[in-house]
Amino acid sequence: MTIDSNDYDFLSALVARRSGLALGSGKEYLLEARLIPIANSLGMPSLVELVRHLRVRRDESLEATITEAMTTNETLFFRDKTPFEELKEQILPELIANRQTSRRLRIWSAAASTGQEAYSLLMTIRESFPQLSTWRIEVIGTDISQQALSKARQGIYSQFEVQRGLPIQLLVKYFQQVPEGWQISQELRNAVTFKPLNLLENLSSLGEFDIIFCRNVLIYFEQANKTTILDRMERQLRPDGYLVLGAAETVLGVTNRFQRVRSCKSAVYAPTRQFQTV
Amino acid sequence: MKTLLLVDDSRAVRLATKRMVTPLGVNILEAEDGSQAWERVQSHPEIDAILLDWNMPVMDGITFLRKLREDKSQPQPAVIMCTTENDLPRILEAMQAGANEYIMKPFTEEIVREKLAGTGIL
Repeated sequence: MTIDSNDYDFLSALVARRSGLALGSGKEYLLEARLIPIANSLGMPSLVELVRHLRVRRDESLEATITEAMTTNETLFFRDKTPFEELKEQILPELIANRQTSRRLRIWSAAASTGQEAYSLLMTIRESFPQLSTWRIEVIGTDISQQALSKARQGIYSQFEVQRGLPIQLLVKYFQQVPEGWQISQELRNAVTFKPLNLLENLSSLGEFDIIFCRNVLIYFEQANKTTILDRMERQLRPDGYLVLGAAETVLGVTNRFQRVRSCKSAVYAPTRQFQTV
Repeated sequence: MKTLLLVDDSRAVRLATKRMVTPLGVNILEAEDGSQAWERVQSHPEIDAILLDWNMPVMDGITFLRKLREDKSQPQPAVIMCTTENDLPRILEAMQAGANEYIMKPFTEEIVREKLAGTGIL
């Protein structure tokens, strides 16, 4: 059974009101594919009951879940898991050993979007390396979208967003429940600096980093620009630092300034000069 | 193959969850309330995880969970609460009672999959 046109209009208006995304007409299949499982999870057999429920009362968590299911946002906490495991098992232990004198680490989330990656990096440090509480740890999140950054700074996520990738133990430890959803603690928000940046700009004002996470953003750039960005990032990375790309991304054929770190399963790269000096 | 026990008094919710989880290659058992869940746990020691609703007739989810965790002679599968009880004090109460994870309804297939993976079921 296809969704009734009044119900379709009601749901697409809801999504448009909350996200600005116009679904347009003819997306019945998409709407049903994504929303019927959500209706079912509440014991409602179809979208008819879902719309009836929403027409009679305000249901913030349901509206948020519907909106996010329709707007395919792939920014989740601890996205892909493996890079965060390797950060914990390999990258951070090595860098901590190398920085015993300066007791300082700088980490850059280069496509920070709404902040989940930057906060995941910070939670990894807090959970696994409590000894760094006396160190100077700087996490910087940059993105081209002011709107995304403003959400990142607020650190308020919907019920749907905090269930994507975030273990419940970390939710109750680092978040507070607020009327709009869940807000990451003041302490963690204060520990990250979010600022607007176009990756094609000069990056030198950011200073040097020990770790750069630049995941799933280079795919949006043309080949020549990818080379420019990666070469500039290499200049901002300490000689023993690490660059982490998205699972499906590579520097192969783009630049020779980075080499893949073979002991890592995820896309972890080290500056080529690191290997030349050894 | 891992075995998952779905405990929910709504047949529609059990059916929907089953539809989401079956393609992941998991063996599924069902119960309508905490008391039935208790019977299943005793007759099926192979259960690896339980998706557990909170509000149910006869015996609610939290009572079942406490009973299970108190009885050390029983196998102790991972328990993922799966409920519309979405307030922090309730989540803390469930964790204190021995829940390993928590799904707030409504949920999507991705959420169920990620929570099962995080609990070592997938």
